Amino acid sequence: MSDIDLANDYVEVELEHLPLDAWHRARGGRMVPFAGYHMPVQYEGIMAEHLWVRESAGLFDVSHMGQVHLSGEGLDEALEQLIPADVKGVKLNGQKYSLLLADNGGILDDLMFTRWDDGLYMVVNGAVKYDDIGHMRDELPDAITLNHMDEQALLALQGPKAVDALSRIVPGVEALVFMTGGHFEWNGTKLWISRSGYTGEDGFEISVPGDKAEALADALCVEPEVKPIGLGARDSLRLEADLPLYGHDLDPEITPIMAALNFAVASKRRREEANFPGATRILMEREQGAVSKRVGLLVEGRQPVREGAAVLDVEGTEVGKVTSGGFAPTLGAPIAMAYVPAAMAEVGTRIQITQRGKVHEATVAAMPFVPHRYVRGAK
Amino acid sequence: MRYFTEDHEWVDVDGDVGTVGITDYAQGQLGDIVFVDVPEEGKEVSKGDEAAVVESVKAASDVYSPVSGTVIEGNADLADNPGLVNEDADGEGWFFKLTLSDPDELSDLMDEAKYEAFVAKL
Repeated sequence: MSDIDLANDYVEVELEHLPLDAWHRARGGRMVPFAGYHMPVQYEGIMAEHLWVRESAGLFDVSHMGQVHLSGEGLDEALEQLIPADVKGVKLNGQKYSLLLADNGGILDDLMFTRWDDGLYMVVNGAVKYDDIGHMRDELPDAITLNHMDEQALLALQGPKAVDALSRIVPGVEALVFMTGGHFEWNGTKLWISRSGYTGEDGFEISVPGDKAEALADALCVEPEVKPIGLGARDSLRLEADLPLYGHDLDPEITPIMAALNFAVASKRRREEANFPGATRILMEREQGAVSKRVGLLVEGRQPVREGAAVLDVEGTEVGKVTSGGFAPTLGAPIAMAYVPAAMAEVGTRIQITQRGKVHEATVAAMPFVPHRYVRGAK
Repeated sequence: MRYFTEDHEWVDVDGDVGTVGITDYAQGQLGDIVFVDVPEEGKEVSKGDEAAVVESVKAASDVYSPVSGTVIEGNADLADNPGLVNEDADGEGWFFKLTLSDPDELSDLMDEAKYEAFVAKL
């Protein structure tokens, strides 16, 4: 027996240990190499953990991600030179999803940033955080200070009962709405908490000093709604929720429009100014459509198609690729994300995929596969 | 008599018929199994050939035939209930049966005690 697909995230490098390493092992987490760290892929099983998050609350350790603080005179204007978001329009404690773009409009990373009273707080992907930091240090003017907050751990509490559990420990978080955050205190420890996440469920992300992470994780897991959840279920949850994963569904060859992330260029002012990287190409694609597009696929039968499988046209020629694929526990069926030519991107289009010599039938599906359950504020 | 490979397959031999599965250790490593592709009756396999595919939520793995022979049956129950491999890898979750073409190959495999010692070191 041999693993065919597990190799994706596995590289031969010296792995580092994150603050909760011993905590995961003590709780039976199976540790695997991920983004340069030992990380828990599962505890009791991906299926059970996935379903637990959809009905209760799961605690994820996402401390491998990069937390960055930016400050300095002219920060908003400077950051707008690197990302397409309306940075100036983000109010205190407001949060936004955006993309770090290369000059040609390709995606260098996806990220979240929040306005603090002393600058901007940003979370970037673990696997590329040092590249991101290097890019920002090179591109941002000297007046901007970038602080990599590598002493902070990051926990994500996700699921419909996350608010019940967390508000018992940290009163006040229930007042947050999706894509807002606030500074809180727990047992004398300062926390930054935003109502956001990457599972499609309501939930929170909690930045906590690394040396307090174990105590906080323990306190959360005492709550009856909460179980620790591995990165395996995080991957299947985000796939069901139509949330692309950097390094798989997004990379420097992909533009925001190809990735179906048009909302990332939603600001009229930014489009009129057209001064973000790759603006000419991205705005042209936004008007005319990109040549290929990220779509969701419902795969017939029970066998999952995986990253790298080829999408075929009617003549059997390879015209696209699966970028994420697996079994959707909530649906009980295999699903995938793939890039296909624009003409094949309509919902309902029949698609053929080949994988290891076998042809699979699939249909372009409306995404997300599982509806989002974010708690939004009144407009 | 049951024999084991270093790739975590087992073959249970009765006369010239072998029943092949993956070990309980292997199913535990794979996690939730969502799909199993077993070979069809009549397929000729050589020792070490990819004979089946087992897929968990996260990954696909090849299952190699521990011995050479001709497949006489694939476990049809796995099509509807791949989770049988998680529940009973050593029994109901078998993959396929074959007639052995070269029983001497069994001497290269481990017995249960040796396999247990092998797994203990992993």
